[in-house]
Amino acid sequence: MNDTLTNTTIDNNNVNETTGNERKVIKPFLRLSGLEPLVVRPETNFLNVGERTNVTGSKKFARLIREGHYEEALSVARQQVENGAQILDVNMDDALLDGEVAMTTFLNLLAAEPDISRIPVMIDSSKFSVIEAGLKCVQGKCIVNSISLKEGEAKFIEQANICKDYGAAVVVMAFDEHGQADTEDKRVNFSYRAYKILTEKVGFDPQDIIFDPNIFAIATGIEEHNNYAVEFINATRRIKELMPLAKVSGGVSNVSFSFRGNEPVREAMHSVFLYHAIKAGMDMGIVNAGMLQIYDDIEPQLRELCEDAILNRREDATERLIQFAETVKSKGKVTEKDETWRQGTVEERLSHALVNGITDYIDQDTEEARQKYPRPLDVIEGPLMAGMNIVGDLFGSGKMFLPQVVKSARVMKKSVAILTPYIEEEKLRIQAEQGGEIKNAGKILLATVKGDVHDIGKNIVGVVLACNGYEIIDLGVMVPAEKILQTARQEKVDIIGLSGLITPSLDEMVHVARELKRQDFDIPLIIGGATTSRTHTAVKIAQEYEHGVVHVLDASRSVTVTGSLLNKALKPDFLESIRKEYQQLNEAFKNKKQTKQFLPIAEAQQNKSAIDWDNFKPVKPKFLGVKKFESYDLAEIAAYIDWQPFFIAWELHGKFPQILSDEVVGEAATRLYKDAKGLLDKIIKEKWLTANAVIGLFPAVRTAADTVQVSPEKGGIVNLEFLRQQLKKAPGQPNFSLADFIAPAEKGYTDYIGGFAVTTGIGIEKWLEKFEAEHDDYNSIMLKALADRLAEAFAELMHERVRKEFWGYASDEHFTNEELIKEAYSGIRPAPGYPACPDHTEKYKLFDMLDATANTGIELTESLAMYPASSVSGWYFANPEAKYFGLGKIEKDQVTDYAARKGWTVEEAEQWLRPNLEYDI
Amino acid sequence: MKSLQDCANERILIIDGAMGTMIQRYKLQEADYRGTRFANYHSDLKGNNDLLNLTQPQIIEAIHKEYLEAGADIIETNTFSSTSIAMADYNMQELAYELNVEAAKIAKRAAAEYTAKNPDKPRFVAGAIGPMNKTLSLSPDVNNPGFRSVYFDEVAASYQEQIRGLSDGGVDILLIETIFDTLNCKAAIYAIRKYFRESGKPMLPIMISGTITDASGRTLSGQTLEAFYISVMHANPFSIGLNCALGGQQMRPYVEELSNIASCYVSCYPNAGLPNAFGEYDEEPEDTACIIEDFAKSGFVNIVGGCCGTTPDHIRHIAEHVKNIKPRRKPELAATI
Repeated sequence: MNDTLTNTTIDNNNVNETTGNERKVIKPFLRLSGLEPLVVRPETNFLNVGERTNVTGSKKFARLIREGHYEEALSVARQQVENGAQILDVNMDDALLDGEVAMTTFLNLLAAEPDISRIPVMIDSSKFSVIEAGLKCVQGKCIVNSISLKEGEAKFIEQANICKDYGAAVVVMAFDEHGQADTEDKRVNFSYRAYKILTEKVGFDPQDIIFDPNIFAIATGIEEHNNYAVEFINATRRIKELMPLAKVSGGVSNVSFSFRGNEPVREAMHSVFLYHAIKAGMDMGIVNAGMLQIYDDIEPQLRELCEDAILNRREDATERLIQFAETVKSKGKVTEKDETWRQGTVEERLSHALVNGITDYIDQDTEEARQKYPRPLDVIEGPLMAGMNIVGDLFGSGKMFLPQVVKSARVMKKSVAILTPYIEEEKLRIQAEQGGEIKNAGKILLATVKGDVHDIGKNIVGVVLACNGYEIIDLGVMVPAEKILQTARQEKVDIIGLSGLITPSLDEMVHVARELKRQDFDIPLIIGGATTSRTHTAVKIAQEYEHGVVHVLDASRSVTVTGSLLNKALKPDFLESIRKEYQQLNEAFKNKKQTKQFLPIAEAQQNKSAIDWDNFKPVKPKFLGVKKFESYDLAEIAAYIDWQPFFIAWELHGKFPQILSDEVVGEAATRLYKDAKGLLDKIIKEKWLTANAVIGLFPAVRTAADTVQVSPEKGGIVNLEFLRQQLKKAPGQPNFSLADFIAPAEKGYTDYIGGFAVTTGIGIEKWLEKFEAEHDDYNSIMLKALADRLAEAFAELMHERVRKEFWGYASDEHFTNEELIKEAYSGIRPAPGYPACPDHTEKYKLFDMLDATANTGIELTESLAMYPASSVSGWYFANPEAKYFGLGKIEKDQVTDYAARKGWTVEEAEQWLRPNLEYDI
Repeated sequence: MKSLQDCANERILIIDGAMGTMIQRYKLQEADYRGTRFANYHSDLKGNNDLLNLTQPQIIEAIHKEYLEAGADIIETNTFSSTSIAMADYNMQELAYELNVEAAKIAKRAAAEYTAKNPDKPRFVAGAIGPMNKTLSLSPDVNNPGFRSVYFDEVAASYQEQIRGLSDGGVDILLIETIFDTLNCKAAIYAIRKYFRESGKPMLPIMISGTITDASGRTLSGQTLEAFYISVMHANPFSIGLNCALGGQQMRPYVEELSNIASCYVSCYPNAGLPNAFGEYDEEPEDTACIIEDFAKSGFVNIVGGCCGTTPDHIRHIAEHVKNIKPRRKPELAATI
């Protein structure tokens, strides 16, 4: 997406932070709050404190308060927030006002305006009683502006303590008992003195201290003033070095005080001043949010003159700036410079308007571009996007600030609004030409995740996708995971797109992915935003959610990605290719990390499951050898069906039977279930399928760490080879191998193992052919899905009979079908090729011992799949300690050992075990 | 004996369940509420549960003991409404201090008895500080959003009186709970800081428990959970958490969020589900316990228990379900950004 507003890239450190089990780290950020939190992180760049709600700075605001027009005064506050103020400075210091009453009244009213009170307040007064009156009205964590050592240390401590009682951060003015700091050294020394007192005597957290090292007017004609800006900037640098957690703020407009009345020059001075002060470490400033000029866009001559004055680079800097200011003034507000950009091409003009946030000509420029380009959509994807990319780059390099970016977005929205009717018209025309009803290509939910407010990129993606015919549900910014999921479910969206710019948003995206999984969603997730990356998406997010997680670099890419995801034919291949790509990224990352530790195979074997074989008495099966079952009663099998996977096969996710009454899929699920039951009845009554099974129970002992020697009835011996977990485990956790569950030969007694193969797929072919001939995909798929369920049910049924009758180690067990599904019973039936024993080739031995093909009709394909597909096979382990596990990754030493046991070359072993290899081959 | 801190480090602590639900079981009448002392009092007293600290202390003590028997490590004093502002409903504002002292003594007596039985499991008393029936951030008059029915200084003074009573009665912890207006909570924190500064007594651990009122994920006064936490961090709380309004199931995302952002311990004592059509809570103890067990297994919590509708049975099940689960690890506080 196009949220490329910072250059923050992801590093290992970030990724580590999000790892679940590691101890969380809380960093000493300045944290403030209104109704919403404001956490000042390094990437926050620069905080705009809105200055217009200040009776000393705004004549209009002063008049409104004095006349008691509080409602209108609130609109000034609202405007500041809309223009991008992140903190609201409120000041009622006016000789004609009762400051305490005015502060209380205004803040109480503010509390009732959620769109304003969402940001923190800065309570600004030179009278501490007014500050305290304000503190009593604000529920969030605010900033007190200001306290100082002006009246001595005792008073300073007293006031700081009161601020702490209310939980406020403080601005400390660089004053001492003798006056204001006016040199670089004094600024630093006064600040440091206050810092020591606050942290050591009052118990302030360093991050809650904000220094205001005095911004004074320069270019006043008095020579001593010329170096004030330089000294502020240098002092800022030293303060931040000395007290890195503390913040630096200042009233920016002071610097240009001598040019009051000349806004173009003042704005240029502010931009130049901030450009340098922010570089030196200034964190926030009281500014007229929305009135900052872009450093790069200041007319070069003016910028040069401002630099000279701010940085005190030439003796005649003031004089030259004043001279220039006169010319700007004489020309009035609209200077020649303002109009030159109108000479450019339409693309240049659009770009200029976007970068500078000018909406004056956007109507005519958009119209001109629309006529020039073949399709209205091309205007958005072409010049408008190009302009927004410049905005992103400028913001990223600190040459543009948030309020300006907000303005740019406004221009963008306006232009898009002009184009939208044409796009709609085009859409209708195309639909009319192609026939068919008006239909959206798909529904896409977009949201900037909780804790993040950056949404330009997301909005662009929304616009571009809407232009491509998708219906967009944009939840805006700071959207909690709960709301995203709830809306996604209610609106039945097809794709969820998450955006975020700041680093912690990455964690939040991981959280959303986890929640999607936890709540059984199956729609794809698109990730975008500046700090997101393919690697993070692959390593952290994609791992949490299996129904497709795709990182999208920019808005233009979002169209193709969305297209692929919503096209049923393309989706599987697309997701598979993404999955592969991410898997590689993931593995590459893991290899780099090397945090996972593996045990040498010998050590892993030492750490086997601790089963007390001396006190173990194996139950001898009621019969030894092989027993086959032909044409088993399907009705009996059907009672063992676990329906949940059946619904999953139909992409209906949810627990059975609750899914039948699910708000969203309930109706579909109920209909499907009814159809399935109908077909199942037919299958049973008309004997469409034949169910065959074979089981075998054999004496067995463990002859080596991972080898089990079986003596089948028909003679000879068979060595079953197993694999062992090699990942280093927590103390007390064994490295499992299935061999652990068979008694070792040296104990001198015989243990037992079983095997089985069942199928319910015999005879399915002709029915499938019939349905396909009738183009009845529904029943064709239904039949396959039911046959699969019957095969699993048959395996469950046989396992129960084995436990109770044939082996008889649990003859008194009595479980409901639900409990069976939850595997409440003792013993396991792992299948070769599955997580505990991933080597499919052991199936040959199983089939051979059971004579499975002859006894059941199941055949093994060359890749060891079973045919008919609706078949299940596996081993029976009866030991009460036996449990399912996943092998995980294994190292070369085990592969070498395994190859030797299997009589393979190492290469052959690696080929069969490839997904489990810890190393690259 | 192990300190509260020691106990919290080694296991998940159990806080008790609802007091009101338990009092209801006694089916007390007006005369029972009045006792002998207030037999001729001029206004109705039925429903003034906090008054029972004075008129039926044996009932309150019996309820505490049921919770202690069920395994509660922390029991709350019966002082949810024992402030002069809340007691004004019964014209009993001048009893506020006494109610707190007596309630603290009753709870301490019960806790001490159980600590003596098994010194390895010391029991603690948390002085319950409720939200009051008047709010500092919200206007009761929709046509006059700037109006307030109460002021910060009044609320702080009323809380300070309650805190003095709880402290004099000997509580081990101060618990500001069911916070739906953060500014009221800030007034309580202000009062606590002021009281301990002025009295010179050592500061007690502070537990803070907010209330997310609905699926908006915000407090009644409109703050997001993180904004709420940031607003009360200056109390340097022993724990931060959530109680009331929601059942455990609805609370999950918020408890998870707190566990991610809180530098202190995290507590959670939900209602026994959402109320049914009759306003009753019918989540079974085992169900509540399973939900809380999930929180514990997910590493979200250090202190768990129940709020409205929960009973000693709920607490017993919760204690049983979490007893072998490690408490959430407090995050590491980095020294640098």
